[in-house]
Amino acid sequence: MNSFKEKLIRQIFRAASYASLFFLFGIMFVLFKESLTALGEINIFNFLLGKDWYPTYEPPDYGILPLISGSLAVSFVAMFICVPLGLGTALYMHEIACDRQRKFLKPAIEILSAVPSIIFGFFGLVILAPFLQKNFNLPTGQCLLTASIMLGVMTIPIITSLSEDALSFVPRSFKEASYALGANRWQTLLRVTIPAAASGIITSIIMGMGRLMGETMIVLMVAGGAAVIPNSLFAPVRPMTSSIAAEMGEAAQGSLHFSALFEIGLLLFIITFVLNIIAEIISRRYRLKLGQGR
Amino acid sequence: MCAEQTTIKISKLDFYYDKFKALKNINLNIYNNKVTALIGPSGCGKSTLIRMFNRMSDLVPKTRAEGSILLDGENILEPSLDVVKLRRKVGMVFQKPNPFPKTIYQNIAYGLEINGNKNRESIRYKVEDALRKAALWDDVKDRLHQSALGMSGGQQQRLCIARALAVEPKVILFDEPCASLDPISTAKIEELILELKKNYTIVIVTHNMQQAARTSDYTAFMYLGELVEFGKTDKIFTVPQEKKTEEYLSGKFG
Repeated sequence: MNSFKEKLIRQIFRAASYASLFFLFGIMFVLFKESLTALGEINIFNFLLGKDWYPTYEPPDYGILPLISGSLAVSFVAMFICVPLGLGTALYMHEIACDRQRKFLKPAIEILSAVPSIIFGFFGLVILAPFLQKNFNLPTGQCLLTASIMLGVMTIPIITSLSEDALSFVPRSFKEASYALGANRWQTLLRVTIPAAASGIITSIIMGMGRLMGETMIVLMVAGGAAVIPNSLFAPVRPMTSSIAAEMGEAAQGSLHFSALFEIGLLLFIITFVLNIIAEIISRRYRLKLGQGR
Repeated sequence: MCAEQTTIKISKLDFYYDKFKALKNINLNIYNNKVTALIGPSGCGKSTLIRMFNRMSDLVPKTRAEGSILLDGENILEPSLDVVKLRRKVGMVFQKPNPFPKTIYQNIAYGLEINGNKNRESIRYKVEDALRKAALWDDVKDRLHQSALGMSGGQQQRLCIARALAVEPKVILFDEPCASLDPISTAKIEELILELKKNYTIVIVTHNMQQAARTSDYTAFMYLGELVEFGKTDKIFTVPQEKKTEEYLSGKFG
């Protein structure tokens, strides 16, 4: 009886732990299967490099270069916000802030990470977009810059918490050695602590990038939605995620358009998957290296 | 004993961690070009004392010191003292080898660069010189640009010594330098200490009585924050004046 119970419990936990693996493969399978029609009918180069995305025209155009460039542009600009602010926060909290400041900064950042993305979208739509429209005399405030700013703010906590972890992994002995040689705090931070935490910091940036590429709600609400390769910060864009979200409802199930949207999803999945693997490789190498230095 | 030249003169030194009094009325002279060993059971304050010589004690919050430590006639406990200058003059080697996760060359060049040396030729020369003085040059001359973390523990510790030597200190502090090393590496470090005392004043904290006996000229025995006995090492180890010293050396406690 007892051993039966043990076995049962063991099986339940095993099932739980393999569930995510099952879901992962399930998602990959469905993405791939549903993309098959599009993969077969649209030449992959025309698909990836085509400049026109008119899935509902007759004949339709399925070129997703505007969508890819929209995603990349929005993420790229957002990095200019979340990387300096995120890293700055992490460095300040780790190196300069006293305990009292840390006590309210850390929870504040955690709360920021808990804000649902639709709230950021809402804020962008109601406050930032009209503000930009008015001050820069734009036809519409819903543009690349608006989306990037909101995305950037949303991603700050990811970069902050991951890079702060990386900084706190740096053994105390490195810093002591540096101080003992007559280095000041600034030199120690720049030349010892940050280089020793570099791979962890890079990992945090890559993870943030993955989050930026995959974020849907904000770009759907404030990016403007024009499937055109952006030529300025104020151009409306249509990243991959918002295309899927906006069009999935109107595309007939089983149609080529439907399948093409899945292919976009597959591509997005591959991009974030690769980013995650890169982050994993870097952070693993980093831990091995520091393991000896402790 | 009086014929020696004093490098560090400690007078009436008290030290507190918050409310805990870790050092009580320490009076001690560290002599020029001699090795002084600080021995005593764990928690006796020997590591606290050695960390005051280069003000590493500053890194611990809520500490307070009274009394004076004169180095070349200057009280290094003065709050206005430039600790950067002090630490250049008083180098330190730690309990565990702690090379930076950089190349062997960069590990040594670091101390020179942060102290304002920008001349590559001079840095190259000083790196080699420091490695030679630490008896490491022949081991590593072909892999200067490989990671220092790939070296053995003993080599890493000698690299840390070379790193300290490169900034041309006057005093070198060794805080249990062989605590994590095997006997062969330990022997090499001890040999090196004996070699270095020709040019440097050395203070070593150690748990290893034999090491103190082998390497030092003077020994200070500390117990519960007090300096119990100080004198020539051979005297301390053969005819200790204090009962506590004798008990500790004969293994009755510790």
